[in-house]
Amino acid sequence: MSTSVSNRSRGLGRVLVIVYALLAIAATGRSVFQLIDDFEKAPIAYSLSALAAVIYLVATVALVAPGSIWYRVAVITISFELIGVLVVGTLSIFDPVLFPAKTVWSFYGRGYAFVPLVLPILGLIWLRLQRPATSETHGAVDAAV
Amino acid sequence: MIDALTIALVIVSVAAGALCVVLGLAGRRPSDLSLGAAALVELLLIVQIVVSIAAPAFGNTPTGSGLEFWVYLVTAALLVPLAVLWSLLERGNRWSTVVIGVACLAIAVMVYRMYQIWFVQVA
Repeated sequence: MSTSVSNRSRGLGRVLVIVYALLAIAATGRSVFQLIDDFEKAPIAYSLSALAAVIYLVATVALVAPGSIWYRVAVITISFELIGVLVVGTLSIFDPVLFPAKTVWSFYGRGYAFVPLVLPILGLIWLRLQRPATSETHGAVDAAV
Repeated sequence: MIDALTIALVIVSVAAGALCVVLGLAGRRPSDLSLGAAALVELLLIVQIVVSIAAPAFGNTPTGSGLEFWVYLVTAALLVPLAVLWSLLERGNRWSTVVIGVACLAIAVMVYRMYQIWFVQVA
């Protein structure tokens, strides 16, 4: 197994991966039910739920998969999550009409014990500690962050 | 769904989760104690599945979405084996124990949601 997973998913990274996987399952589950149930009721919120679910799934895979390309995918998806939770969290407070239904990012992830807010910050710190050693990827990663 | 069983399941998963997280942070690798706690959670989940299949035959049906209830229950039952597998692939270390603990805590939340779906309708 030692060559088929990344250093990002070793040790403490394993905990990060399972929390991401749980959030991905939770977001996917909620999104599927919302889409089946009544999409017309809150198309923006429901589309966002689906987008968040996809992002969490990709981030989970990117944390496990080895290589610098996946590393960059992980940085991008996790950064997107942070932006998503901040923007949607703020919008859901100031414009509740726009988000009549819950999404994983509403109110900064309050429905999920604020895990969606804290997790991307921890994730980015973890990725920074684990970044690939070559100078070329250094520059690219710094630009991505 | 029997509420005493469900409440017991929530309490046991919280206790097992907290135990594994604490043991893991204290530097313990997965042991008979932590894996046993996770196995107990899984056993209760299987009992919950059997009860939930049988209950409607006795007129005990969910007040909310049955489909949503079952998705939670099946996912919860799959979580323990997946978490144990994922954590032990890396020759168990302290974080493996924490991983198992996190899964048990997530199961506690899921069972709580299942309880709400079966018994309580807020909206």
